[in-house]
Amino acid sequence: MARALIHVPATAKRGEVIEIKTLIAHVMETGYRVGVTGKPIPRDIIDDFVCTYNGEEVFRAKLYPAIAANPYISFFTLAAESGTIVFSWTDQHGATQVQTAPITVE
Amino acid sequence: MPQHRHSRRTILQAAGALAGGGLLQLSTTPAAATPETMQDAIRAVIGEAAVQNGKVKLDLPQIVENGNAVPCTVAVDSPMTATDYVKAIHIFNEKNPQPYVISVQLGPRAGRAAFSTRIRLADSQTITAIAELSDGTCWSGATDVIVTLAACIEESIH
Repeated sequence: MARALIHVPATAKRGEVIEIKTLIAHVMETGYRVGVTGKPIPRDIIDDFVCTYNGEEVFRAKLYPAIAANPYISFFTLAAESGTIVFSWTDQHGATQVQTAPITVE
Repeated sequence: MPQHRHSRRTILQAAGALAGGGLLQLSTTPAAATPETMQDAIRAVIGEAAVQNGKVKLDLPQIVENGNAVPCTVAVDSPMTATDYVKAIHIFNEKNPQPYVISVQLGPRAGRAAFSTRIRLADSQTITAIAELSDGTCWSGATDVIVTLAACIEESIH
């Protein structure tokens, strides 16, 4: 679907609170704008973002057109064990993009 | 005498209708959210729970040059333990075309009840964040933002 940037610390101490930053390229067209031809530009947004840590959901966001283009979301999670953090964005048409990041917990 | 009172009232009503019509014509934004629709939206999301002020810190710049991407951070004062945590944070606006901005669900695994994003603002307005806690209470924080270039409705610059 689009290019996504993720920042997850490669290593963390057990029990540490880590910050995760995500950004995905997307127009987040509101549906309220009018194009040069005078026709409304149809709405096209990503409306769901989920982050799972070794299969357990740790963060979920429902996005609305009031989120800026190229949605940036940063949040926190507890570094519990080594494994994989999975990020998935779903747009209003149901298309999903998935990215993963490994993390080593000492 | 009743005749006179009646005519004066008629005139006042006519004047009021004219003033109201004038205001409607001045408003160019189609179907914008209002503080009332924001309150309705809050009720639709959190239900009938009482909302108390406090615990929620909503961080936005006071003056925004470009409403197309306004950095926005919410932090809720919570220990985030298995028994006492924030389960959801919602952001609402008063004057964008619709009152919703973002709804976030989290749990004790978050470690810290905070997140950041970038939002669109169509006008100078008050932004409200509401946190739902695991014990069922709701807390809110609000902040005023002044916007010089509006987002959402402006024509594409591409």
